[in-house]
Amino acid sequence: MSTLNANLTYNYKVVRQFTIMTVVWGIVGMALGVLIAAQLVWPALNLDLPWTHFGRLRPLHTNAVIFGFGGSALFATAYYVVQRTCQARLFSDGLAAFTFWGWQAIIVAAAITLPMGFTTSKEYAELEWPIDIAIAVVWVCYAVVFFGTVMKRSTPHIYVANWFYGAFIITVAVLHIGNSMALPATAFKSYSAYAGVTDAMMQWWYGHNAVGFFLTAGFLGMMYYFVPKQANRPVYSYRLSIVHFWALIATYVWAGGHHLHYSALPDWAQTAGMVMSLILLAPSWGGMINGMMTLSGAWHKLRTDPILRFLVVSLSFYGMSTFEGPMMSIKTVNALSHNTDWTIGHVHSGALGWVAMISIGAVYHLIPKLWGVKAMYSTAMINAHFWLATVGTVLYIVAMWVNGIMQGLMWRAVNEDGTLTYSFVEALEASYPGYLVRFLGGVIFLSGMLVMAYNVYMTVRQKDAVAQDNTAAQAA
Amino acid sequence: MSTFWSIWISVIVLGTVFGCWWLLFATRKNQTTDTETDRTVGHSFDGIEEYDNPLPKWWYYLFVATCVFSLGYLALYPGLGNFQGLLGWSSTNQWEAEVQEAEAQYGELYAKFGDTPVPELAENDDAMKMGQRLFANNCATCHGSAGRGSLGFPNLTDDDWLYGGDPDSILTTLHEGRNGNMPAMGTMPNMSNEQVDQVVNYVLSFSDRERDAEAAEKGAEVYAQACVACHGPDAKGNQDLGAPDLTDDTWLYGSTYDWIRETVVNGRQNQMPAQGDRLSDDQIQILAAYVYSLSN
Repeated sequence: MSTLNANLTYNYKVVRQFTIMTVVWGIVGMALGVLIAAQLVWPALNLDLPWTHFGRLRPLHTNAVIFGFGGSALFATAYYVVQRTCQARLFSDGLAAFTFWGWQAIIVAAAITLPMGFTTSKEYAELEWPIDIAIAVVWVCYAVVFFGTVMKRSTPHIYVANWFYGAFIITVAVLHIGNSMALPATAFKSYSAYAGVTDAMMQWWYGHNAVGFFLTAGFLGMMYYFVPKQANRPVYSYRLSIVHFWALIATYVWAGGHHLHYSALPDWAQTAGMVMSLILLAPSWGGMINGMMTLSGAWHKLRTDPILRFLVVSLSFYGMSTFEGPMMSIKTVNALSHNTDWTIGHVHSGALGWVAMISIGAVYHLIPKLWGVKAMYSTAMINAHFWLATVGTVLYIVAMWVNGIMQGLMWRAVNEDGTLTYSFVEALEASYPGYLVRFLGGVIFLSGMLVMAYNVYMTVRQKDAVAQDNTAAQAA
Repeated sequence: MSTFWSIWISVIVLGTVFGCWWLLFATRKNQTTDTETDRTVGHSFDGIEEYDNPLPKWWYYLFVATCVFSLGYLALYPGLGNFQGLLGWSSTNQWEAEVQEAEAQYGELYAKFGDTPVPELAENDDAMKMGQRLFANNCATCHGSAGRGSLGFPNLTDDDWLYGGDPDSILTTLHEGRNGNMPAMGTMPNMSNEQVDQVVNYVLSFSDRERDAEAAEKGAEVYAQACVACHGPDAKGNQDLGAPDLTDDTWLYGSTYDWIRETVVNGRQNQMPAQGDRLSDDQIQILAAYVYSLSN
């Protein structure tokens, strides 16, 4: 590149730290997921202790995978991608280091306070107010480092991946601060600033956009760098990326209302949530198309490159769950699916299939580059991990589809006199086979993560691995 | 909502939809080609280039279709502030219509039995099958699927009744619900710990349970002040108040010293929710007969 500055070095230290923690929190969070899945099959595993009860471990699972695993992956890749595509070192090494230690401290605080029962009871925003403030502080520093780096870029334009990372960082700040507004009562107890249906609407405006911006926009940023890079092909369509970016961020913020269909939420807000969710289908698929079509002319690489396979399969799951989402937002479909395991299956087709798989692919791409080695220790292990992840995801979501539709149908079945045919317990009893299959799917997915941890460890400890901090001769 | 907010909502909802539309058309309009080419837009970021390919046609039409559908939906259903939609639909209307439909469909089945006296109805197999289903749907959560109750929820299969087991009492219980309230320390709020101990032992003596006889003797005096108003001098209770008989073997909250002490010290609040707003009179008649049949 003509603008390449020979004296330019990148801050890879913080990227390396976040990349390793991605693997660590991935294993911790998914192991917790496997544990609570097992508790649903064998309730004795609650151990009759408050700290190990499903009700306290489930939020810990979601926090560990979303913010620990997903968050670390986003920090790592955003810091890596913004430096490389802007041809600029991070705005501030000190601030970047602060975001690393701050973020890890927050996840550790979650791991301590949630089992102790400190919770706001808002889904995905359970952490109590002192931790919420810490999140806001770290997040603002993240924004300063990221946008500061974009500002000092030596490229004429801002690459599309950075649009998505930028939108994700700004919107998550707004969502987190808006929804977490509360009046503290004691050091670990607060009351929401919102009441009743307003509180519910704020919560799902936040909750759905935790999906829309944390788990979608951020990871689309990841996709826009790692897919073309790994495939070594140009992005399919710049034009498509413009339309789907703006349409995605404009419509996602509306969609939260679909979590509150047939509730006390006014009809207009439910309708607005539903139509925006439907419009969201095309912008979501825009990202999938742009990723998939980038591979045209390079499909043969899928045969030999399991990293690329992770990235492509993640896009397939992304396309599938972003079709499923708008469908489930339709009121009549939602009347069947709401409160059933279908929702959990839908979330996991996104969480395991899309978020985890693309992060895993990105980590496999990153590790050799960050430690200055040619490739991962074992490609065969990446391949094994790929199959474990795919089979685990498919088992999980199929089990939840079957359970969810069965539960929805059992709950609404009526006798000839209009009374309900089944009691709740009967539907629960019928769900056990699905819970077992889901547990197995989780175990398989988790075992893939353990293979990955070993592979990463062996790569990093290779004696000739030279951590590069980093010479300008950064081979692409 | 006020006109301002109604307009505000309409403007931003439609603004978002039309904004998407404009973005789509504007981007498509300046496409230089309809087919895929190898031409890039000229940027390169860390070696990544971008093709200047057109929007895929099928995707473009999909996007347009969802926008058109949404505008149609917003015209028909409430979504734009105070505008109710051309169909006049609301979730409340839908619920009311479904309830009406269910009443029309199932009402006759229940009406057949609505005028039959409870004891007679309890002998009718068809009615009792329906009664059992109604019970499973509406009562089993607390009283158990067999009606045998659990801690704090009365057993409906025995002969012991808090508010009476005759047909009229059962019907009243179902229609209007019951609020059971045993105040903490009864009518003697300043009861000392010693007096609590005494009265608990005294209560244990009614059904000849293991007790401290000396304390029990002194407890009679406390009972006369704290408990007699509701449970009566003979401790047989009072069905008008829902005060339980303390002399029998039926205990809603356990019969050990510790359990009774807990009841005396903290009192008990019990609620049987009224079913009159949820179920039709005919359904309640059948349900009463089913409950009656459990112990008769």
